[in-house]
Amino acid sequence: MDDSHDIKKHVRTYIAVFVALLALTFVTVAISYLHLDVTSAVIVALIVACIKGGLVASYFMHLISEKKIIYASLILTAVFFVVLMSLPIFAASDPIINNNVP
Amino acid sequence: MEIPYTVHTRPDTGLYNAKLGIWLFLASEVMLFGALFTTYILLRVGALEWPHGSAILNVPLATVNTVVLITSSITMVMSWASLKMKAFSKYRMYMGLTFLLGIGFLIIKSIEYAAKFEHHLFPANNTFFAIYFTLTGLHGLHVIGGMIVNGYLWGPGSRMWKTDPERFTNRVEVAGLYWHFVDLVWIFLFPVLYLL
Repeated sequence: MDDSHDIKKHVRTYIAVFVALLALTFVTVAISYLHLDVTSAVIVALIVACIKGGLVASYFMHLISEKKIIYASLILTAVFFVVLMSLPIFAASDPIINNNVP
Repeated sequence: MEIPYTVHTRPDTGLYNAKLGIWLFLASEVMLFGALFTTYILLRVGALEWPHGSAILNVPLATVNTVVLITSSITMVMSWASLKMKAFSKYRMYMGLTFLLGIGFLIIKSIEYAAKFEHHLFPANNTFFAIYFTLTGLHGLHVIGGMIVNGYLWGPGSRMWKTDPERFTNRVEVAGLYWHFVDLVWIFLFPVLYLL
């Protein structure tokens, strides 16, 4: 178990992460007012969201210092998640769909 | 029979059981929301035209809701940290704040929903609103689920602090992991639905 001194150090980190998350939220909204083209807007928005998500997972969920079995489970999850996200690409390259064959 | 490894770590995993359990559950949740996100992409790519979220959704309200949920994440982690520092009264304050912020999030969301319903905008109207209500509705249900657990740990469940403080601290950590995940999902939902 972490001792009280360690936890106090963690608390300072949590506050820093909180401030960073607030700042990045406003960055996300501000970028949306730049009216970038769709591709650039998607890329920038997802990069900022990934940074925010990474901060939450790393510090609030303590993933930065977790046990190997959790990393292993999450790597497996990430592989399946990537496959899920790739489904639209598979669909786009499907000759049956593209040729409108019933 | 006593439930094993609620406080002490298992020698093979290095974790107490509930922690491994919640991570495996969250892995399944990643796939649940992942399936809906990929559905969103398929629908959007296949649509002849797709509205810009900010043109038909309330971005300022959603921004406030993002801040509310992020704030609830830090109050949640502070409630766990307070227990680690043996400060039970601070725990109650932070967990209470987390619960209230959850209510705040749902109130703002219901204001958004009400505005849409007033304008007769329902999931059946078009594909955008179908996926918008599905994603935000499922996320809202997760917020409600988290609030039920947090409310229990703030109220009757907190009696465990007197009998088994370490186990109670672990329960709060597990509830926190779930709550942060719900925040994490919103971090992606917000730009995808409202800003793109």
